[in-house]
Amino acid sequence: MAQKVAIVGTGQTDHKSHRPDVTGQEMIREAVDRALEDCGITIRDIDAIVIGNMDHFESINYVDNWSIEGSGGFMKPIMKVTTGGTTGASVAIAAYYHVASGMFDRVLAIGWEKNSESDTTGAIITCSDPIWDRFSYSGAIPSLATEATAYMKQYGATQEDAARVAVRDRNNALNNPHAHLQRPITLEDVMSSPMLAHPIKLLDVCPRTDGACAVVFAADGEAQRLAKQPAWVHATAVRHTYSWFGDSTDYDAGLVSLARASQEAYKKAGISNPAEELDVAELYLPYTYAGIKWIEDLNFCGRGEGAKFVRDGNTNMDGMIPVNPSGGVISTNCIGATALLRVAEASIQVMGKGGKRQLPKVNKALATGFGGCFWSDVMILGAERS
Amino acid sequence: MTTERDYDKLLTVALDKAMPYDWSIGLHGSMFFQEIRENQRFVGIRCPQCKKVYVPPRRVCGPCYTEMDELVPLSDTGTLRAFSVVNYPFIDPNTGGQRPVPYTYGYIQMDGADNIFSHIINETDVSKIEVGMRLKAVFKPKEEMQGHITDIIHFDIIS
Repeated sequence: MAQKVAIVGTGQTDHKSHRPDVTGQEMIREAVDRALEDCGITIRDIDAIVIGNMDHFESINYVDNWSIEGSGGFMKPIMKVTTGGTTGASVAIAAYYHVASGMFDRVLAIGWEKNSESDTTGAIITCSDPIWDRFSYSGAIPSLATEATAYMKQYGATQEDAARVAVRDRNNALNNPHAHLQRPITLEDVMSSPMLAHPIKLLDVCPRTDGACAVVFAADGEAQRLAKQPAWVHATAVRHTYSWFGDSTDYDAGLVSLARASQEAYKKAGISNPAEELDVAELYLPYTYAGIKWIEDLNFCGRGEGAKFVRDGNTNMDGMIPVNPSGGVISTNCIGATALLRVAEASIQVMGKGGKRQLPKVNKALATGFGGCFWSDVMILGAERS
Repeated sequence: MTTERDYDKLLTVALDKAMPYDWSIGLHGSMFFQEIRENQRFVGIRCPQCKKVYVPPRRVCGPCYTEMDELVPLSDTGTLRAFSVVNYPFIDPNTGGQRPVPYTYGYIQMDGADNIFSHIINETDVSKIEVGMRLKAVFKPKEEMQGHITDIIHFDIIS
């Protein structure tokens, strides 16, 4: 790459189920203003913008144009990136490339979603093939549920094993003033919540949130000037499969896209033992079973060991590899922003700006994005300019 | 249509018109439905490079990016690889109406195929369904078939 890149500022909105007090553009502006303020610059200092949300969600195409007054993009180069649930991470990775290429020095990445103005499930169903898959498909939850049933059969994991992930993340959210759901929950609460799609219960899965996130990427030289401790981008990786549901999941091989993307990112970042070498992981875990299964694909532990790894406290705030100090996706899910929030929260940890959710010393942080038909994006951030 | 909320002055705009679409099924997909109608039998397609058999048949093997043309007859039976009983209400974007719930959404490995076929399983009691069960397709009467995925009504558990 032509130049090294760091995250120097982040901004996120107040997240709620419904924000009738603002339009989509106004909501985006909330996050953008906070990100600019975080690194002490104005919109005039921004060279280019990458923005994304979920296709079809708010029934607004060309959001790059539509959102100008929220993004501040008037007379600037803007690119729209939309890749399903991975959108937020894809936006971040595209913004990183914009700077790393040497073409721009300060680039703004924006993800947003106003789920209260969207038919989320109906819109997600339109990602499915209209001839073969749409007739039986019912959106994100059952595709995840099918993965869960296959995993439980394969490794003997239980609904309680998964529920521990919700308890961890929802209780972490109590330390994050931006988290949408802020009520402490217990294992019993998860187990007794209504069954949405076997084996996924209401408290096993993420909410629908209105919110936006913005992140400022800056070039080497500029980054040190804008942030006391920049969060340097050590690695990015993307793996997307394709949209035949019956082809995109190999139940014997795990979440292949995440395994391959993380292997590539670890190699680029010089990481050989991720659970020990990473100080924090902000993972896109849209449902609890992902929290026991996908950490195996991330090589935090071996195949079939995810449930025990979580049960033994390894992913707690004081564990070997703390996962989701922010409360994660299970606490806040403004979908087009969700993966960018993972990147923002990972960089917040590196920059030491996490307040009550801050870990003592974060040298290396991992952020992931998940979406589409079991697609994965990975970004590794570090305190050291690498 | 604009409505005023009673609790404040904030307004919402809603559209209530459906947008119709027509989609091409393609040559191989059309042959699949012809085979269902004529012989109540599934047909797949083999990749000349990786030798995987895909159902439904399509023109290109995604991972190999290779053109496929060797159709492979399959039976109407398969094995359940994963499932979920969908229990929440939602609007079906194909019809604009609410999809009847509960129903069981399943991933079925058809005998002789390497990938997985998604369809509905005719059982909503989770205590009676298990990954690994054997399934058989139930078809509409020949004269009612329309060259549509619903020509297969659902799959029955056979063991």
